[in-house]
Amino acid sequence: MMGRIVEKVGASWVFLLLVVVIYVILAIIDFKLIGNALYVFGRLILRILPVLIIVFGIMFLTNLFFEAKSIVRTLGKRSGLRGWVLAIAGGIISSGPIYMWYPLLSDLKERGMKDSLIAAFLYNRAIKIPLIPMMVFYFGLPFTIALSIYMVIFSILNGLVVERLTRGRGR
Amino acid sequence: MLLSLAFTLIPKSMYGKIFTGNRVIDPFIGAAVGSIAGGNPVTSYIIGGELRLQGISMLAITAFIVAWVTVGVIQLPAEALMLGKRFAFVRNGISFVTALIISISIVLTLGCI
Repeated sequence: MMGRIVEKVGASWVFLLLVVVIYVILAIIDFKLIGNALYVFGRLILRILPVLIIVFGIMFLTNLFFEAKSIVRTLGKRSGLRGWVLAIAGGIISSGPIYMWYPLLSDLKERGMKDSLIAAFLYNRAIKIPLIPMMVFYFGLPFTIALSIYMVIFSILNGLVVERLTRGRGR
Repeated sequence: MLLSLAFTLIPKSMYGKIFTGNRVIDPFIGAAVGSIAGGNPVTSYIIGGELRLQGISMLAITAFIVAWVTVGVIQLPAEALMLGKRFAFVRNGISFVTALIISISIVLTLGCI
């Protein structure tokens, strides 16, 4: 029955409905807690709104100017070193929460982007250049440099293993 | 909405209380807590800094920081929905393991425990 509902309404709407139900149940138990959660949610929305606009802007522009063929050439199976460099650099440069980038990556995946490059992009989102001084402050320069280098190296390993384990499998 | 609820339900002070002081178990705890919590990397640095002051090992703190940004249990439904179930589970599982490997590599490289 649940499968039929998901098929008819769409998994995203069912998921949203479930979260709303959790909120309603918790509001009955502890209204103040939900008030705080909604306040945090409002602040979160305000914070991610600029990033959301950038993400949808990039999606609009890639759909407008890049054909599926050129995306496959740049980020697809035969993208080679250029694909890795783009995915790693893109992951480092991109800002905002990770989940804001899922729609764009999903769109690029449907148009031929490799799983390994998606995984590398998501992994490199851990390295944020504006946050490096903060990390240096808490853990020191040697730790920050070592961690950043390891993150880039492991993003490639992560991408290769993900590609191997998901190869030829559907959603 | 789910993230906001998690942020509200899990206070920052709770993190220090869950480590055991065992240098083998603590990295796993660090990676597990980092995977579940997630959010802005700055928050993980602040919590990591606090944990360091409490004497928690750098192995555990590094695993915590790396898992915080690379593994997302709360975002998993959204990731599975947008990028595929298999991709999301495999990527998060491997990221959890690499968080542990990176923490060991960092400690071996810098000689700090």
